[in-house]
Amino acid sequence: MCLNGLQKVVKEICANRMCYLFLLPAVIYTLLFGYFTLPYMVIAFERYDFTKGIGSPWVGFKNFEFFFKSSEVWVVTRNTIVLNGLFIVCGTVVAIALALLFNEVKKKLFLKTAQSFMLFPHFISWVIVSYILYALLSTNGLLNHWIAAFGGNPVRWYSEPNAWYVILVALYIVKNAGYTSIIYLASITSIDEGLYEAAVIDGANRWQQMKHITLPLLMPTVSILALMSIGRIFFADFGMMYALIKDNGLLLPVADVIDTYVFRMMRVTGEPSLAMAVGLFQSAVGFFMVYGSNALAKKKYPDGALF
Amino acid sequence: MKKNFTLSELFITCVVSLFSLICILPILLVFTNSIASEKSIGTYGYSFFPKEISLSAYRAIFYPGSPILKSYAISVFITAAGTILALLITYLAAYALANRHVKYRNELALFFFITTVFNSGLVPWYLMCKLLHLYNNIWSLIIPSLVFSPFNLFLMRNFIRGLPDSLMESAKMDGAKETRIAFQIYFPLCLPAIATVSLFYALGYWNDWFNAVMLLDNANLYPLQMTLFKIQSDSKMLSEVTSIIAMNPPTESLKMATAIVTIGPIVLLYPFLQKYFVKGMIVGAIKG
Repeated sequence: MCLNGLQKVVKEICANRMCYLFLLPAVIYTLLFGYFTLPYMVIAFERYDFTKGIGSPWVGFKNFEFFFKSSEVWVVTRNTIVLNGLFIVCGTVVAIALALLFNEVKKKLFLKTAQSFMLFPHFISWVIVSYILYALLSTNGLLNHWIAAFGGNPVRWYSEPNAWYVILVALYIVKNAGYTSIIYLASITSIDEGLYEAAVIDGANRWQQMKHITLPLLMPTVSILALMSIGRIFFADFGMMYALIKDNGLLLPVADVIDTYVFRMMRVTGEPSLAMAVGLFQSAVGFFMVYGSNALAKKKYPDGALF
Repeated sequence: MKKNFTLSELFITCVVSLFSLICILPILLVFTNSIASEKSIGTYGYSFFPKEISLSAYRAIFYPGSPILKSYAISVFITAAGTILALLITYLAAYALANRHVKYRNELALFFFITTVFNSGLVPWYLMCKLLHLYNNIWSLIIPSLVFSPFNLFLMRNFIRGLPDSLMESAKMDGAKETRIAFQIYFPLCLPAIATVSLFYALGYWNDWFNAVMLLDNANLYPLQMTLFKIQSDSKMLSEVTSIIAMNPPTESLKMATAIVTIGPIVLLYPFLQKYFVKGMIVGAIKG
């Protein structure tokens, strides 16, 4: 029986050997960097030794104990959730607003130009963004120049942790809102024209059309994109946080996130086992977030759930 | 004169324009200060209208033997090599997955998809790279994490699926081999999808510094983005970059000029990027 099944597989692979050969590089890559990395998760329960690899000494839940007892972990978890929460809420609101505004713009050339400007920041790396930020915020920067012009005192932005909530959210919006709004606009333009015609006959103005047709019909798309972000609320954008904050100790209380913490644990402190324990905690909680938020969305917008 | 410009339209135009300017003006600020003289930045601070123009920062960058020039060459190399390799892997796999003769295509698609949902995270990935000796060499910038993405695979597969089946049948009937069908018949027809996927990959490689942060200790191999990062975070790097200029090396304008030469290729390719990116993005967001 089993042999028979195997023979069938071999026969199929021989019959289409060229196609399976085409798939080989992608399969090898996925095995190496996908499936074969899974066993390494077990090192969260070991004291990792670079010479011994996966077979390092077993320590049980010691790594988790260490990490739940340290106060730093709660700070980075809180920062990750607070910052991602702000990004999701503010980012979504701005993107919806932009999409609705785009939908009302009649002049196509103006719309195209505006969209090109707004999409540009999406293509540049966070490292470049940190340079732009530097030109704006350094003691010699444009913002302080303007503050001085109005008679104020220059602000040392790089040592003002609380200002960074606003700075990070603003940067997130500038980098992503243009991009997300284009997805929303595509979803708006696919709404049936007949609905608007019927509404006009019933005497609805533009505002009422937007409120009662566009917005409700946009909600499933909003819900899907928001779900994807909420599912990843425990995962910070490492590139963004590390490029902008670097190792600036003054800003770490508000801007140190799980991903940068794991990175430091692994690359600077050199404790892969502790880093893995934090990573495992992150994945486990993240998994529940995806399921929970999906169940919630299913109740409200059946079309807007992921699975 | 027709009254077609209402108050609400004016409001919409203003808000949209304002947001566009917020997105683009800071980049312009970086540019104007990259051509400002060091003295002008030092005295008047960063401004849109520098008092004194100077190209010394660009001269420092393009000075023979400058570390930035070397990083530039590394970035160009990894972007070119990586994109070609990634495109090849993705196209071949997508071609096979779109082929109705391949019986296990759906199982294999699932096999690729699962890794996007369940991944083991940073630490196992890092240890695997070390195990494979993808550490501190040029391949560690090309192979890990960027060379193949299931998202691009599915984008390409869906495009190939959209082509008529009769194409493959008639080619087979005429006795064409699989490699010939893949490269001489399907490849030219897939150019729009290939352009999209190549741009995704090229942009990923050009902007990448994650691999460099994780897998490089050797500063001689730093790609451009990593050099930029180090210039800001590590004062040693800045002095190394400016050390080849004997007298009064520019520092502030040099930083800005380096940022400008880094986004240069993106600006040049922007019309294409925008066209294909938006298409691929909308397809990916709605169908993916």
